[in-house]
Order: sequence, then C-alpha cells, then structure tokens
Amino acid sequence: MTVKQISIFLENKPGQLSGICRALAKENINIATLSLADSADFGIVRMIVDDHVRGCDVLAKAGFAVVQTDVVMATVPDRPGGMAEIMEKLDAAGVDIEYSYAYALGSGEKAILVFKFDDNAKAEAALEG
Amino acid sequence: MNPISKPDYMPIPELRKMQLEKLQELIPYEYEHVALFRRRCDEKGVKPRDLATLADLAKFPFMKKTDLRDEYPLGLTAAPMSEINRFHCSSGTTGKPICIPQTAEDVRIWTDGVMRCMAMYGITKDDVVQVSYGYGLFTGGLGAHYGAEGLGCAVLPTSAGNTEKQIMLMKDLGVTVICCTPSYFLHLATVAEKLGIDFRRDTKLKHGVFGAEPWTDEIRERIEQISGIEAHDIYGLTEIAGPGVAGNCPYCHGLHVWEDHFYPEIIDPDTLEVLPDGEEGELVFTTLDRRGTPMVRYRTRDLSRLQVGECKCGRTMRVMDRVHARSDDMLIIHGVNVFPSQIEACLMKVPEVAPHYMIELSSTDTMDRFEIKVEVTADSMSDSMSKMEAVRKRVAASIKEIVGLSPKIMLVAPGSLPRSEGKIKRVIDNRRK
Repeated sequence: MTVKQISIFLENKPGQLSGICRALAKENINIATLSLADSADFGIVRMIVDDHVRGCDVLAKAGFAVVQTDVVMATVPDRPGGMAEIMEKLDAAGVDIEYSYAYALGSGEKAILVFKFDDNAKAEAALEG
Repeated sequence: MNPISKPDYMPIPELRKMQLEKLQELIPYEYEHVALFRRRCDEKGVKPRDLATLADLAKFPFMKKTDLRDEYPLGLTAAPMSEINRFHCSSGTTGKPICIPQTAEDVRIWTDGVMRCMAMYGITKDDVVQVSYGYGLFTGGLGAHYGAEGLGCAVLPTSAGNTEKQIMLMKDLGVTVICCTPSYFLHLATVAEKLGIDFRRDTKLKHGVFGAEPWTDEIRERIEQISGIEAHDIYGLTEIAGPGVAGNCPYCHGLHVWEDHFYPEIIDPDTLEVLPDGEEGELVFTTLDRRGTPMVRYRTRDLSRLQVGECKCGRTMRVMDRVHARSDDMLIIHGVNVFPSQIEACLMKVPEVAPHYMIELSSTDTMDRFEIKVEVTADSMSDSMSKMEAVRKRVAASIKEIVGLSPKIMLVAPGSLPRSEGKIKRVIDNRRK
C-alpha cells in the first residue's frame, strides 16, 4: 500500500524535534511512526501521521521545511522471518531500497514496514504478487 | 648597514622633493593612459598641471576597490601588454576578482619594499627563509620569496599547507626566518608541540615575518613567548604592491611606510578631507613609481594614523599605526579578504538555498573557525539525505570557487535567520582580538 510520508528538515540544535511534536500535538495529529536521519550538521525526520494533509499544513505554518513523499507500507507477521519473506520478493524484483523503518502494531501480532524504493510501483507489484 | 636600507634614512626635505617630482610624472601619465582617471579629473575640473605642491594631491579624485572591480580586467592598466611582466589578483567585493598587472620595474620596486622590511628586521644573506605564504595569484608568497631572494637568503618556498612537512624541513634545513600569517604560525606551533618539537631547542628559528591579516600585540607576545622568535609586522596590499609597503623597526610602535614609493595620506572616511599627521582615519596610498597599474589616492579602507615625530631608529619614513579596524565590512579570514557581499553572490548561484546567511567566526587555540549558516528553501526540502547533503556541497563549492576558502556550511531551517530590514548583522566575529 502506498501512503504519504512527511519529511521535515531538522537543524542541528536542541529542541527541534520537540517543536515538531508540540506543533502536531496541538492540532491533535497522531504520529504512527517516525525515523530520524542525520548527518553531522543537520537531520531529516520522516514520519507517518494519521492526517498527512493537515500534518504538512500545521508544520509548514509553524515554519518548518516539510515535504510529502510516497512510501510503501507492508504488513508482515511479527515473528522471526517475517521480514525475510518479503525481502526475498523484493530482491527477486530487483528494486533498491533508499531507506526503511518499521513499527509493531497492536499487541505484537503484526509489524508494519515502511519503505522508500527507487521504484515504488515495481516494488508494490512484487509485494502483491 | 645593508645598502638597500639607505633610502630609509633620506633627509625629509629631499624625500618631499622626490615625492613631488614623482607625483608630477605619475599624474600626467595616469591622466593620459587611464580613461577612468581622466574622466574623473575632468568632472572635478582638475588638470595634471594643477599639482604644484604635495598638498595639491588632495584636489585629485580617489580610486576605490569597486573601481578595480568595475574596470576588471584591464581598465586601470596604464602600460601596454608588452610591458607587463606579472599579474596578481585579489578578491573583489563580489564574485569578480580584481586584477593588478605589473611591469618588471613595478615588481622590482615592490621587491625593494620587501627587502627593506627584511633588512630592517635584521635578516641578512646568512638567513634561511621559509616562505609559508601561499604562492600564486596572492601576493604573499611571491612577494616574500623575491624579497628574501633579493637579500641573498637561502629561500625555502614551502607555500601554505602540509604543516608536518613544513616543520620537518624547518628543523632539517636550519630555517632561521619564517614568513606566514600570524594565525598560521600559531597553528604551526601547536602541530610542532604535538610532534614533540620545541622551537627553541630543536630549530634555529629567529624571526617571523607576519602579515596578510590584522593581529594584535597580545598575539605578538604569545608568539614570541611560545617560540622565542622575534615577531615582525609586514603590511601591504595587492592593490598597491603586496607585502612590503610598510614594516616595523625595533623601536617604533607601528610600521615605517616606504613613502619614497608609496605615498600615504590619511582621510576622514566620511568627509573625504585629508587629515593632518597624528589623526586617525582611512589610509590612502598613491603608488609613486608604478606604471603597470598605478593607483592614485587608492582608498585602502584600513583605519590607521600617521604618527608625528622622529623614530629612535633614525629612519625618516613616517610610521603608521598598526591597522586594527576597517571602514568597510571586509573580513580577513586565514589571510584571505572576504566581503559578506561575496557570500551573498555565491548563495545566489544555488537555487536550493535562500540568500540569507550568517557568518560566524571564532578562534580555537590556534586557528580561526569559519562557519556559514545558510537557509534551505521550503521548496528544496527533500526526504533524501543525499539530496540535502548535495545542496550543502553545492553551497560549499560555490564559496570555494569565488572566495577560495572552505568554510563549514550549516544548513538551517527556512526563515530562521534574521531578515534584512535596513542594515542587518550578517557577521558574528568572536575571534580573539
């Protein structure tokens, strides 16, 4: 399934991430998961929220540089080998993963993997096939 | 005394007469060969023959760094290319450099200035001189090189960088004189300490010829204390010659100006009136002998003062105060002239960032730290780290190309830097003073 991820520029100074969280909390927007990419000088926080349109809007108004990107979500059983199975499909299709992060859902029966591929459509076809 | 030093002691009446005679040759030459000068004289209604006394020089128009930029590359060059022997360039106020073509005689006069400085510091043909100023378009390296070679010294042209090798050569070849920026010497001293090398014990170093950036008595004392050398001050600028326009003697608190070649005036930078000796203002130079790219009343933007009274050393050449401030926003970083407007010009070339920036300068133990904060634009935001990193690299490359330095580039969020409302502070300079 393709979903919208929002990515926000993070300056390398304290209080940046909490500013983002506060802005979203005030508008009652829930963060499902996030990941943080950083270099020595700056960072990018990528997140899936329950309402990406409002999420983007709220953050842009709060002065953050924010962009929406299509990412692919895959649900796998939360057990050893759960991820390995879909990785085999992806390898077979020959798609490259640019980045990925994951979270467990509910009581731990399912895990959700978030991927950014070089070719999202091709990867999605491989996952469904 | 080295015969090269003889003019240093020229009787004052003879010096003033010589200056006037040289000006009376230079002004008509400049009027004939440089259209900009001719136009400005005509606009002011002043003719070359109006120069009857030294005081009459004040009637003539000034030249500025922006003139060198606007007339780039050869608009202010008075001699034909067949007479040009050397080019030097320096940074302009924006992306364009300034270019100073010189004749063989111009280079000789400049070298003469460097030699007289070095002779005044006590350097002789017995010295081994390491030149750690950069060689190339910058005048520091070649200026010090020709000066030291002219005195008959053994010259080691290491140029800048590769500090450990510099220290090894200094030790192995028995170097007695080092020419570099004061901040580079402090860096050299730190590296030497790490290598377990003590300048007093392990080297023969006696003199340092320091210039190309402003420095203070505190830094001089620190250099002398950590290394046991004598730290000498050499002043100059590419527009006028290069290093060797002025230098300090053992007695003066300032620098003797070689005013038989480089005629100094001090002006009020606001009213542009000439100020009497003893008053502080902007230093203005006229190159009395230069024929490649003569400068008439060039405004250096350096703030200084011409001291009144005789120097104990007996030299008649006037003493200028060490330059400690400027009347424009030029910064000197690692010996390189940097104008904030250049940084802005660099940023304009990178569409992914806004032309808002903050230059931050600070001192570590030994080197100046140079950082620039740059705003990314909201439109350039990407989820990809490598794309954002590429933006940072493009900014760095653009600055390296135009300014010649590699500051640390810090990307910051859109709108986070102060916006321009009139005069905005774009530089935070916390370097040790």
